[in-house]
Amino acid sequence: MTAHALADTVTMLRRSLRRMRRYPSLTLFIAGIPVVLMLLFVYVFGGTLGAGLGSSGGALGGGAANAGLDRDAYLAYVVPGILLIGVAGAGHGTAISVAMDMTAGIIARFRTMAIARGSVLAGHILGSVVQTLLATVIVVIVALAIGFRPTTGPLDWLAATGLIVLAAVAVSTLCVALGLAANSVETASNSPMFLTLLPFLGSGFVPASTMPGPLRWFAENQPFTPLNEALRGLLIGTPIGGTGLLAVAWCVGVAALGLIWALRLYERLPVRVGG
Amino acid sequence: MSAQRSTAGPAIWVRGLRKSFEKSVVLDGIDLDVDAGTVFALLGPNGAGKTTAIHILTTLLAPDAGEVLVGGVDVVRHPDAVRRLIGLTGQVSAVDQQFTGTENLLLMADLHHLGRAEGRARVHGLLERFDLVAAADRPVQTWSGGMRRRLDLAMTLVGDPRIIFLDEPTTGLDPRSRRVMHDIVRELVGEGVTVFLTTQYLDEADRPASRIALLDAGRIVALGTPAELKRLVPGGSVRLEFGSAADLEQAARVVDGNGPVRDEASLALEIRGEGGVHALRTLLDRLDAASVKVEAVTVRAADLDDVFLSLTGRSGSQEAPKP
Repeated sequence: MTAHALADTVTMLRRSLRRMRRYPSLTLFIAGIPVVLMLLFVYVFGGTLGAGLGSSGGALGGGAANAGLDRDAYLAYVVPGILLIGVAGAGHGTAISVAMDMTAGIIARFRTMAIARGSVLAGHILGSVVQTLLATVIVVIVALAIGFRPTTGPLDWLAATGLIVLAAVAVSTLCVALGLAANSVETASNSPMFLTLLPFLGSGFVPASTMPGPLRWFAENQPFTPLNEALRGLLIGTPIGGTGLLAVAWCVGVAALGLIWALRLYERLPVRVGG
Repeated sequence: MSAQRSTAGPAIWVRGLRKSFEKSVVLDGIDLDVDAGTVFALLGPNGAGKTTAIHILTTLLAPDAGEVLVGGVDVVRHPDAVRRLIGLTGQVSAVDQQFTGTENLLLMADLHHLGRAEGRARVHGLLERFDLVAAADRPVQTWSGGMRRRLDLAMTLVGDPRIIFLDEPTTGLDPRSRRVMHDIVRELVGEGVTVFLTTQYLDEADRPASRIALLDAGRIVALGTPAELKRLVPGGSVRLEFGSAADLEQAARVVDGNGPVRDEASLALEIRGEGGVHALRTLLDRLDAASVKVEAVTVRAADLDDVFLSLTGRSGSQEAPKP
C-alpha cells in the first residue's frame, strides 16, 4: 500500500498536468488577473499611490516627470503584492477543478480501487502548485517587461521563489479542501473569494500604517502581510525582520490544517447515485 | 494474490445487511450467497435498494448492520483487500471525459502498477475486445453514450478483477453496445470471474444470469435460477382476440374466475396463468361451449415479469412504494 503511495501520487499528478496542458485557458486566466491588476495599479493609480509612499516629490504639483518616478517606485512596491494576488487567485481554479472532479464518476472508481490514500488529493494539490508557478512566471515576465527590477541577489531570488512555492502549497491545499467542502461547482467558485481579497487588506498595495484603527490591526496580523513583507525584502531589499519566519509558519500551518480537513472530507465524500 | 484468488467459499456472502438513510430503510436485512464464477442478478424496480447494495459491496458505503464478505474478506474491516479483488462499473459514468480512451485505460494500468509494456499490451487488447480501436485517441467527451459505457467496463477490467459489479450495465444502451456487454459478461464468467449485476429489465436478468434475487423495498422476495422463479407462477398467459364487443363480453363472463384483463380497444382478453397446453384446451372448450367466437389466440410463456407481478403485486417497471 504505502510502497505505492509515491507511484500513485505521481500518476495523479500526471493526470492533473495533462489536463492543464490540454486546457491551458485556465492557467492563462489565472495569470491574466494579476497581470491586469498590475497594469491597472501601476498605470492608472501608480502615479498618485507612488507619491503617497513618500519616495519622491509628491503627487500634487509634482508634474509629469515626478509622476514617472512615482510610478516606478510604486511598481517596485506593488509587485510582491501582485505576485501574492496571483497565488491567492490560483486557488479559485483549484477549488473549481476539485469540485468538478469530485462530481465526476471517476472519483467513485478511484475509491473502489486499492490506490494509496490521499494520492488523488496530492495529485490535485501538486498540480495546482505547478499551475500557480506557471502563472507566476507569466506575471514576473510582464513585471520585468514594464520595468520592474529586483535589486537583490540570486540567493534572495531563490528564497523568494521558495516562499512563493510555500504560499502556493498552502493556498492549493486549503482550496482543495474548499473544493471538496463545496456541494456544487458554483459554491466552489465563490468560497475562495476571500483569499483574493485578503492581499488587498494588507501591506501589498498601500502601507498598513495608512489604514484606520481596526482595519490596520487586521492588516498587520493577517497571513498575507508577513508574506508580502518578506517577499518585498527578498526582491527589493526592504527590511525583513521577523516576517520571514512568520510567513513560513503561516504557510505550514494553513497547509497542515487544509490537508487534514481535505483528507477528512475525501473519506466522507457521499457517493453519487445516477439519475 | 494467489491466496486471495483461491478462496474456497462463496465470492459474495452477505448476512443480515441493513442500511438506512435518515428515516428511510433502504436495505432491510438481506442475505446473499454468490458462488465464484457465476452470474448473479439483483433485480428490482427503481428505489428497491439495488445501487445501495452495490455501493456497500464495493466499499463505497458502510452498512448499518450485518456481515458482508467479498472474496472472503470483510468489506468493513479490510476495504483495501476487497478493493484489490473487485471492479465496479456503476451507473454514473466513471471515465475521464477530458481524456482519450487510451489515456483513460493507461491511467488504470498505472494505478494497478502494471509495467509500461504490460500496461500498453493490456490496454490495446481491451480496446480491441470492446470494439473501441477506431475512437481510442479521441477525447471521450466526443464519444457516444454506448461507447463510453463500454470504455467504463474496459477500465474496470484493466486490473483483472476476480469479482465484477455492474450496476444497470445496459440501461440506455444501443443494441450494439448491449450485445457487446452481454458477450463480455458471458466471456468473463467463462474465465471464472464472478459477475454481480443489477437490472430493472426482467428480460436482461433472464438471459445471462445463473441466479436471480428479486429485491423489493429493501427485502429479497425471491431467489433462484430463472427457471426456478418461473415455476413460482402458474405459467404464462393467453391473449384472446374477438370479432365483436358482444363476444368479448361473453368471454369475460365465461373466464371470470381467472381474473382476465380486458382490452376494450382491441377487443382482446388477457388471462394470466393459463399458458399450459391443458389449461389452454380447457379454456377454448369452455368458450366453444358458450358459443363465443375466438378470432385469434396468442400464448406467451411465463417470464420474470409474471414472477415479479405475482410476488409484489406490481409490474417490474413500476416504482417501489416509499417506505
